[in-house]
Amino acid sequence: MATDFSYPDAAAKAANLPKEFDPEKMSLSMGPSHPSTHGVLRIQFELDGEIVTKADPVVGYLHRGDEKIAENMTYNQFVPYTDRLDYLAPLANNMAYAIAVERLAGLEVPARCQAIRVLTAEMARVSAHLMGLGAFGIDVGAWTVFMYCFEEREKLYKLFEELTGARFTTSYSRIGGLTRDVPEGWTQRVDAFCDQFLPILDEILGLLSRNKIFLDRTVDVGVISKADAIAYGLTGPNLRGSGVPNDLRKDRPYSGYEQYEFDVPVGSKGDCYDRYLCRGEEMKQSIRIIRQVVKNFPGGAWHAQDARRIFAPPKDKVLTSMEELINNFMLVTEGPQMPAGEVYFEAENPKGVLGFYIVSKGGGVPYRMKIRSPSFCNLSILPKLCVGNLVSDVVSILGSLDFVMGECDR
Amino acid sequence: MPYVVERKPLTLSERIYLPQILAGMRVTLRRLFAPNVTMEYPEQRPAIPTGYRGVPTLVKDPHGREKCVSCQLCEFVCPPKAIRITPGSVEDQPDRTHVEKGPQAFDIDMLRCIYCGLCQEVCPEEAIFLQNQYTLSGYTRAELVNDKAKLYELGGTLPDQHFKWDKKKAAAEHGNTH
Ligand code: SF4
Ligand code: SF4
Repeated sequence: MATDFSYPDAAAKAANLPKEFDPEKMSLSMGPSHPSTHGVLRIQFELDGEIVTKADPVVGYLHRGDEKIAENMTYNQFVPYTDRLDYLAPLANNMAYAIAVERLAGLEVPARCQAIRVLTAEMARVSAHLMGLGAFGIDVGAWTVFMYCFEEREKLYKLFEELTGARFTTSYSRIGGLTRDVPEGWTQRVDAFCDQFLPILDEILGLLSRNKIFLDRTVDVGVISKADAIAYGLTGPNLRGSGVPNDLRKDRPYSGYEQYEFDVPVGSKGDCYDRYLCRGEEMKQSIRIIRQVVKNFPGGAWHAQDARRIFAPPKDKVLTSMEELINNFMLVTEGPQMPAGEVYFEAENPKGVLGFYIVSKGGGVPYRMKIRSPSFCNLSILPKLCVGNLVSDVVSILGSLDFVMGECDR
Repeated sequence: MPYVVERKPLTLSERIYLPQILAGMRVTLRRLFAPNVTMEYPEQRPAIPTGYRGVPTLVKDPHGREKCVSCQLCEFVCPPKAIRITPGSVEDQPDRTHVEKGPQAFDIDMLRCIYCGLCQEVCPEEAIFLQNQYTLSGYTRAELVNDKAKLYELGGTLPDQHFKWDKKKAAAEHGNTH
């Protein structure tokens, strides 16, 4: 018998038709291009009137094969691809990836590099949460919040642009360092941003936190119990909203997070409102960290010094010394040299725990790279969470989960 | 330390909602008289910071000479493979006797380029720079492939940062080569 290769058709059929069709139920497809699904998520519902009886998330519309792409290029060439995982916080992804590879090489970066990375990651967290908050606001009908959030986010993006040369696709990390040092006076501008941001954040949160309409749509909606949150592997604000105080920055500090004082906000109920509150508080904690970094900004080198086979030599050396020129060519064409081995590193990203599992057979190209993306794991709870809710509540739930499909589908 | 976020029940005035509407109006009024944050783009343009990664361009040195030596390192490193270089000879160019090669053709496909800046980072001649231009438009795909002439037109001349060849020439005249 000939093998049936018509998998897409079969999959489409299986996804569209409920197994045993119940004439009392209606099937509804939400997405992949639906304004409230935040990207190309599709959910296949089975409805009883307005109540969801079954929900089937269909992911993969934005699959680009990032893990496979990584196997075909050097470690540094993959940095631009990490921008496109959680594209709302590219700086945090850049950092997580660079640290993962550095762990593989057993390389420590200097204090200044670590501080810059923490600073940018926390700024990315604020900008990602602002976006999450704004989009959540739109989902439940609060358009103003979105506009205010975008205004603040724009200020952050101006700072990113000045630091990295790009607003969105920052590609700021290199294995063993960064692409450039911070510009003159940049940290003061970051501090000035923090000063004006806190009152505005209070104003933004004030539009929602005590707003009866918002509370009606979020309180006791989409409750995730502690046990469920752990069982489904939720991470980030979604886990902490359910009352589990897990934060890798505290539990397994990396890049010098142990030096900074900050607290981990957790929720008490695990509903949409708790997740919203946690995000708001997290922004304030991030600002706390940013201020500490700026205050004690270390001097010295901003890239690894003793890593000739990993970090490219400075440009003036490349242009004037034959040896460094050859080294530059070797590094670019063969990639940063890694020992054979494997490493798994997770970082606390705005959306949750972003993990990189890298297997190396030595050389400058990974043998295999697996990306553990928080949005994918966070979405796995949808089939359980949506059932029993109204369709309009599903919109609140999606907004409160705050996921990014670029990362989910990779 | 973990701490639990506060959830206070709504007060009576918050539940009635009318006072809240008034409070909202106050915010609206205040914002109404605040300065605008938006910009009348194309007429007004945002200031571009130094080090911005715009469209990649080829630059000439202050003597008006081509800098690229067609080493093809940028072509190699470009993650989306946007660069195509055909190396050529420089024998017929009297101003380029200090180098051995030059690009006969140099194309950057701007439909592929992701503005990552790796080409600029790896170039051993400081010949390719991502400069300030950030808008691109064209009616056909072919129009968006920047060829060598276009790249030099966009790039212009940048001041030499490291005087690679002049320094070498001076050193050679003093009998001190690398
Ligand atoms: S900026 Fe990046 S994508 Fe564009 S040509 Fe240079 S290396 Fe290629
Ligand atoms: S632009 Fe630079 S990297 Fe590219 S071929 Fe020319 S000299 Fe080499």
